[in-house]
Amino acid sequence: MRAMTYRGPYKLRVEEKDRPRIEHPNDAIVRVTLAAICGSDLHLYHGLMPDTRVGHTFGHEFIGIVDEVGPSVQHLQVGDRVMVPFNVFCGSCWFCARGLYSNCHNVNPNATAVGGIYGYSHTTGGYDGGQAEYVRVPFADVGPVQIPDWMHDEDAVLLTDAAATGYFGAQLGEIVEGDTVVVLGAGPVGLIAAQSSWLMGAGRVIVVDHLTERLAKAREMAHAETLDYDELDDVVVELKQQTDFLGADVVIDAVGAEADGNALQQFTGPKLKLQGGSATALNWAIDAARKGGTIAVVGAYGPIPNAVKFGDAMNKGLTLRMNQTPVKRQWPRMFEHVLNGHLTPRQMVTHRFPLEDIAEAYHVFSAKLDGCIKPLVVPNAT
Amino acid sequence: MTEPDIPSAYVRDKRTAPPSREELRARIPGWGVDLDPADRPSSPKLQYPAQTGAHWDFPDRQPGSAGRERSIEHAFVTPVFGTAQPLHGPSGAIRRLAYQRFSEARLAHWLLLVAGDRVDAWGSHLQSFGSTRPDVPATGVRTEASHGGLRSRAGRSDRRHHVVDPLLVAGPWVAAAGVGAVAVRRLARALRR
Repeated sequence: MRAMTYRGPYKLRVEEKDRPRIEHPNDAIVRVTLAAICGSDLHLYHGLMPDTRVGHTFGHEFIGIVDEVGPSVQHLQVGDRVMVPFNVFCGSCWFCARGLYSNCHNVNPNATAVGGIYGYSHTTGGYDGGQAEYVRVPFADVGPVQIPDWMHDEDAVLLTDAAATGYFGAQLGEIVEGDTVVVLGAGPVGLIAAQSSWLMGAGRVIVVDHLTERLAKAREMAHAETLDYDELDDVVVELKQQTDFLGADVVIDAVGAEADGNALQQFTGPKLKLQGGSATALNWAIDAARKGGTIAVVGAYGPIPNAVKFGDAMNKGLTLRMNQTPVKRQWPRMFEHVLNGHLTPRQMVTHRFPLEDIAEAYHVFSAKLDGCIKPLVVPNAT
Repeated sequence: MTEPDIPSAYVRDKRTAPPSREELRARIPGWGVDLDPADRPSSPKLQYPAQTGAHWDFPDRQPGSAGRERSIEHAFVTPVFGTAQPLHGPSGAIRRLAYQRFSEARLAHWLLLVAGDRVDAWGSHLQSFGSTRPDVPATGVRTEASHGGLRSRAGRSDRRHHVVDPLLVAGPWVAAAGVGAVAVRRLARALRR
């Protein structure tokens, strides 16, 4: 089969690989019909995630058709059209039994701090991902769900991570009616976080980024006010002034390790890999939140320590909430929101690349060329 | 500064009330539909799902766990695990040391894994030079021409560090090529003597 393969930082290509096989009785093999590149895939692409091995196939946002099932699979059949949460999870461990599917303890021997994730290095379990023609899906009775007939494929693929993570980020903020919510980052996660903040009763939503096309999308799609930090001397002062010097009730970090806006963080993080990414967004969140406010972190960071202003977070009495998203837990409610038009994930898709052009897709997304907000990857594109 | 001009942060109540529910509902599709935390799927954090799809107390164990690397913070290799890219060669030895010797709490664990990544990448690059598909410093860069590299970056502050990307990405390749050239020249000289 054809599959994206990692060759080292900034180097990818498509190679012929063996089709995955059933390795556990509850496995399924899914033929991928549509995949996406996530902002967090860029951490792997840039060499920020420890134990990213040459030959690894990335991709944790994908949908497809069940091609083969293991002998203990009861809930799926060959031919089913499925969406697969980015989390690999067992459904039965201490954590899954409490709804913490992203923290499953039975799927990742390489680390206890993070659960299993498709195509996201061996630090998250060593599973090849879905930017390929086929993918192994463990615990087929637990993770995948049949795609509703009414749902568009592009909505379905975005619900496997980016959209679910944005919605989850707003929930982590514990928004109450009338809150001022600042969303850092107008990428796919930030855009859905902004939309979701309104659903939870925000009185004001401000999105911060520096890419004009993304800020325009935040205004149009998420009805948010926007701030371009490139145009400001100090974005934190601007946010204080705009909130009558209180600061924001809730700040959502939808950026994570690749954050721009501070040269020292950018060079010591994404460039020189001396910390687990740039902590600029997180530090802005700490500064921009009001005292006693809440910070929700859904941007991904690497496991190497970061230069974070933790003292200010403590002094301000902030509540910091974070996790990888337990995706499947979000779906029943999110399906209603997509059906009703309250959340519109596929509006974010700007580019569609054939799998054979995966290296080009990553470069365009990484360098933010051509107004790229969300690129999809189409295996077997004709 | 007169009394009404004092910002909200310095007085008891916010000076400006948020927009009314009616106004927000008219402007924002779906405003407030998840206002009640009971409608939010991740509230509270811990929930006890009635059915996850699992029909086991503990999953069947996937065969092949013997010798597989694991975090020493785990009691055993988890019942299900990824089998992509098993450890091999010098990079595998470095990574195995990271897993066997240091917990996730130790910086050495992560730095060894990063070192293993670089050894893996450079070993693969060297191998690729003997193949029909040699690696290059960066892939996908032709999109700089096809997808408006210059136009897309106009006015963006990250242009500043994008300028150093070619140096960071191609620099080690140039240095390696230089070292290689010097080594070949010295070898040639030694053979001539």
